[in-house]
Amino acid sequence: MSQNFSENKICVVIGASHGGVNFAFSLRKEGWEGRIILFDKDPVLPYHRPPLSKAYLTSADAIEKNALKSAESYEKSNIELRLGHNVSSVNKSEKNITLDTGEIQAYDTLVLATGARPIIPSIEGLKEASNVFALRTASDVEQIRSAVNTGETQKNVVVIGGGYIGLETAASLKKLGANVTVLEREERILARVTAPEMSDFFEKLHATNNVPVLTNKNVVAITKDGNLNHVVCADNTSYKADIIIVGVGIHVNLELAKQAELEIENGIKVDEQAKAATDIYAIGDCTYHYNPHYDRFIRLESVQNAVDQAKIAAAAICDKKPVYNTIPWFWSDQYDVKLQMVGLSTGYNKLVKRIEEGAANKFSIWYFKDDELLAVDAVNNAKAYVLGTKFIKNKNTIDQLKLADPNSVFKPANLILE
Amino acid sequence: MAKITFITTDNESITLEGTSGSVMQLAVDNDIPGIDGDCGGVCSCATCHVHVKPEDMEKTGAASEIENDMLELDDNVNEYSRLCCQLEISDALDGVVLQVAERD
Ligand SMILES: Cc1cc2nc3c(=O)[nH]c(=O)nc-3n(C[C@H](O)[C@H](O)[C@H](O)COP(=O)(O)OP(=O)(O)OC[C@H]3O[C@@H](n4cnc5c(N)ncnc54)[C@H](O)[C@@H]3O)c2cc1C
Ligand code: FES
Repeated sequence: MSQNFSENKICVVIGASHGGVNFAFSLRKEGWEGRIILFDKDPVLPYHRPPLSKAYLTSADAIEKNALKSAESYEKSNIELRLGHNVSSVNKSEKNITLDTGEIQAYDTLVLATGARPIIPSIEGLKEASNVFALRTASDVEQIRSAVNTGETQKNVVVIGGGYIGLETAASLKKLGANVTVLEREERILARVTAPEMSDFFEKLHATNNVPVLTNKNVVAITKDGNLNHVVCADNTSYKADIIIVGVGIHVNLELAKQAELEIENGIKVDEQAKAATDIYAIGDCTYHYNPHYDRFIRLESVQNAVDQAKIAAAAICDKKPVYNTIPWFWSDQYDVKLQMVGLSTGYNKLVKRIEEGAANKFSIWYFKDDELLAVDAVNNAKAYVLGTKFIKNKNTIDQLKLADPNSVFKPANLILE
Repeated sequence: MAKITFITTDNESITLEGTSGSVMQLAVDNDIPGIDGDCGGVCSCATCHVHVKPEDMEKTGAASEIENDMLELDDNVNEYSRLCCQLEISDALDGVVLQVAERD
């Protein structure tokens, strides 16, 4: 590598969120001396997304309090932040991109950190319904907060979809004083991502907080009566809603990747260095990538993945030949419950539940495939999360009987079988 | 207003002034190496680990249960460890010195 390998080069990044922003700063740190230009259609100084459905939704804070980095940080690191610009096309052979305004920007290296957008299902009447919101951006939160706070009367909110974002939003809006109901199409919430025990726990948690979580509720139509919506389900039940929150999952933003003729399979397919094609990298929610630990391709929606892939891509571009090999982790905060998850539970055939004594709602669920620990869901139990992380990373074999026994010391030395 | 000094893992000393928010935010906004704050300050990532200078422990107080649990298996944990997203800036923190912890 020559000393000034990047001096007159331009790295263009599309998407300035957890992936793009962390990438830009990592690239500087790795020694890139050329230009770094970050584009995002969102006009707001890039911010943390997880608080949008959690603490930020219930606060009166301005979004700047949640900024990923201060405006001065970008200046200091000489990162050009072009907010409020939608990139409409990528020309791979000419190595440039075009903005909505027609402006063309050349690149030497391109990074796609385009993330995902909420799915808006084709439910009859949804387009015409009043106060329908998804939750992905700061502007979504502004609108939800103002809809909830308008007028004197308590608002009826129906959340369609009992995934993490839907459940967190339900808890937050309840805290803001709304009357909230969650409708889930499957027979249990979080069915794709957790064990029945966890679904059960969260259903009860919401019920205790006077938020009914109703399952087997397939929403088929929204009818209107003035400004009041009626959310109608396939079983002919109907729920009043001043406000509807749609939380049924995401679509990966793949339009630009398709134009660039990148390989697409459930996301932009990248290698262990986050590379998608010559001089093109992709990071974060938009990628379908190989996880060496679990030996398969996965797509993740998590800050951890966006940040870690950002660092890998930056190191790879600076010729450091890193390899992406991490254990996924994630968290969710609802009411006073903190859930921390590590690993991927898919394929488990055994569950161990450990309930800590002397504290309410403090337990952990351990997912095993035979003797192999795959994942841990820890409820109000950071220790279980940390232990699980270590065990998974080191591929330790665990004494499952001791693990299940709350009186057995919760320390690696006691739990690891040699 | 509080003056807070960070000693980086390269032994560089950087003093910053803050009025509100968490110490983690102050560090991230000023690019203190080794403080990433990936989870935004909710005790979920442990990328904001510092060692408080022993004589300043009185000002910061000791780590909470969740901080201790998050750091329990960290090779660099010690009795002065804190996750600095849990330190709220106020006059009381004026003059504290925080050593950025090495990462595993
Ligand atoms: C409400 C909510 C709560 C969450 N909670 C958690 C949590 O607790 N823990 C966790 O780990 N993760 C959580 N997540 C997921 C996490 O926020 C995402 O995994 C993370 O934001 C992914 O980062 P990213 O940079 O890959 O993509 P994104 O954050 O989706 O960012 C992509 C960016 O690209 C921009 N963009 C796309 N196309 C274009 C274009 N053509 N031109 C210009 N700009 C473009 C978009 O405007 C966007 O800003 C949550 C997400 C949401 C929405
Ligand atoms: S910022 Fe994540 S634990 Fe402090």
